[in-house]
Amino acid sequence: MQADEDTLENVVYEAELEIKNAEGLHMRPAMQFVDIANRFDSEINVSNGDTDVDGKSIMNISMLAATCGTKLKIRAKGPDAQEAIKALRELVEEKHFNEPTPKR
Amino acid sequence: MEIKKGIAVSPGISIAKSLIIDSEDYRIPRRPIKPSQRMTESQRARNAFKDAIAELIRLESAQDQTKGGKIKDIFAVHLRFLHDRSLRKKVTDFIHSDLVTAEYAVSTIMREIASHFAKVKDAYISERAADIYDIERRLLRQLLDKKRKNLKHLTKEVVVVARELSPTQTAGFDRKFVKGIASDAGGRTSHAAIVARSLGIPAVVALEDLTEYISVGDTVIVDGNRGIVIVNPDEQTIRQYEEYSKEFTDLGHRLDAIRQKPAVTRDGIEITLLGNIEFPNEAEIVLEKGGAGIGLYRTEFLYLNTDSEPTEQDHYEAYAETVRVFADKPVVIRTLDLGADKYTQSRRFAPEPNPFLGLRSIRFCLQNLTLFKKQLRAILRVSVLGQVKIMFPLITNRQELMQAKMILRDVMEDLDDESIPYNRDIPIGIMVETPSAALTAYSLAMDVDFFSIGTNDLTQYTLAVDRGNESVSMLYSTVDPAVLRLIRNVIQDAHKAQIDLSVCGEMASEPEYIMLLMGMGVRTISIASPMIPEIKQIIRSVTMEYCNNVARKVLGMDSERQISAYLRNAARKILPEAF
Repeated sequence: MQADEDTLENVVYEAELEIKNAEGLHMRPAMQFVDIANRFDSEINVSNGDTDVDGKSIMNISMLAATCGTKLKIRAKGPDAQEAIKALRELVEEKHFNEPTPKR
Repeated sequence: MEIKKGIAVSPGISIAKSLIIDSEDYRIPRRPIKPSQRMTESQRARNAFKDAIAELIRLESAQDQTKGGKIKDIFAVHLRFLHDRSLRKKVTDFIHSDLVTAEYAVSTIMREIASHFAKVKDAYISERAADIYDIERRLLRQLLDKKRKNLKHLTKEVVVVARELSPTQTAGFDRKFVKGIASDAGGRTSHAAIVARSLGIPAVVALEDLTEYISVGDTVIVDGNRGIVIVNPDEQTIRQYEEYSKEFTDLGHRLDAIRQKPAVTRDGIEITLLGNIEFPNEAEIVLEKGGAGIGLYRTEFLYLNTDSEPTEQDHYEAYAETVRVFADKPVVIRTLDLGADKYTQSRRFAPEPNPFLGLRSIRFCLQNLTLFKKQLRAILRVSVLGQVKIMFPLITNRQELMQAKMILRDVMEDLDDESIPYNRDIPIGIMVETPSAALTAYSLAMDVDFFSIGTNDLTQYTLAVDRGNESVSMLYSTVDPAVLRLIRNVIQDAHKAQIDLSVCGEMASEPEYIMLLMGMGVRTISIASPMIPEIKQIIRSVTMEYCNNVARKVLGMDSERQISAYLRNAARKILPEAF
């Protein structure tokens, strides 16, 4: 986790998160992601390398169609940026959207 | 200025602002708006999102968690989409940048998104395109329903423009404000045409793509005589049409002057001229135009107006309203003739493949006795208020008729038990509108008090043609020799059995066919009220002898074309100015 400081208000936190659940970022995970993102005041951007989208928009996030293994760059800017990143990492990498990971 | 040609189905001229009715079942045309309308349209879009969300929340909470789990999930996804600010912003931005209506913006943006989804390789995501279409429809319905509700609260004169009009949509039309109808689809006997004629407002149908050429707020001229619609006419054209309109109204007044005069031929034979109505408020128009009663009171409107089934009291009040207007003049109430439409189809879990030949009309009633008996009770109760007759539609054989009569008797017994008064001798009749009924009319005549020939359906069934289908509607003709033969049969059988006979199909309101009918022995007709003065004029201008000759000649012809041409000429001689 990195932190840049623009101003006291516009703290920016970034993280790279890997999609770990087998079915990837389909509808239900996308919904969970967006629900959590919307809890925070900070601006949240998600990039998969090609496109950069608004993390609070279900339309945008589901368009990413991130499959299992994809690495997404999450960027949060605002007073609660750090908490936002933390919550999103927990959802994506630790809980894997409460879905099964691929069997080896 | 744009001039479009269609089929003239109801005479007259009207010049008014357009009121466009789109349907979510068809492509929404791109319709430009003025810069000043931007804010309104954006707000309409935002309201649609808000209302769609409210609707979904209601639907979601109504779902049982155990059974409806999957559905609740889908609703949850849809709700997220509707809440998505960037989606809403895309729509409102589009409205602002391209100056289009909210419906067009919603439809375009959603379809763009859906096609993006459809292209994604992941099957799970590409299937979500279907969800996007679903959300699109929900939003469009919000936008369009509000417009449709506005139809019931008009405050200005308008011409209604639509792709086509359903009975539900026309149910609230008030002729004080709806001054004309123009539709892309339809033909002479489509619903829009029937409603226009009974309201006495000009209508042009089959304009094909009028809805694509018209914009919000455009002025429109509907020329129901020549079958032309003009969008945004220039000054000169408007003045010209105001002239035509005045001439036409004057002709109407001259015809109205014969209102008080009897419908008697020059050689003294009286014809009973009755009116067909679809809604109670048309009853007055029938009287205004000089009708001697109601020959066909269509009762389907009670089922098309509301979302819930009408109660017996709803039926009673509607019928009573009409019967009181007519006091001592006959009112023939036809039992429910619904079928192949929203009401009967939505109650099935699979739509009928062939609704026209399916469970409709009297058959539907005989299988839904609670519904049927409600109507019968109301009709019987009302029979003490005036000269009420009851008529069963679509009877195909004697058994059906006996069944219906038996149920009527059951209802009579119930009313007796409850000491509710009714006319025990209420005349019972049937619509003869199927080939089987026409061919066995002699047998049916023994168990009824009167026949009414429904030439519209009789023609369709006999010629196997759907009059609403533009690609075959040219095959439909009520003066086809086969149809005429059946009609003649029915008239003769009625005469032999000495029961009353009337013709209530649209054939009776055609100036070209009325002499033929009279010559074939018809002495009672029931037609749409605006046509009453004109038909009366023709009756008063001919002799029965002339009509008998016309009939004799026609019944010897075997080509529809020959018959049509002959009748047109014969009519032109009598009433040149109507042609």
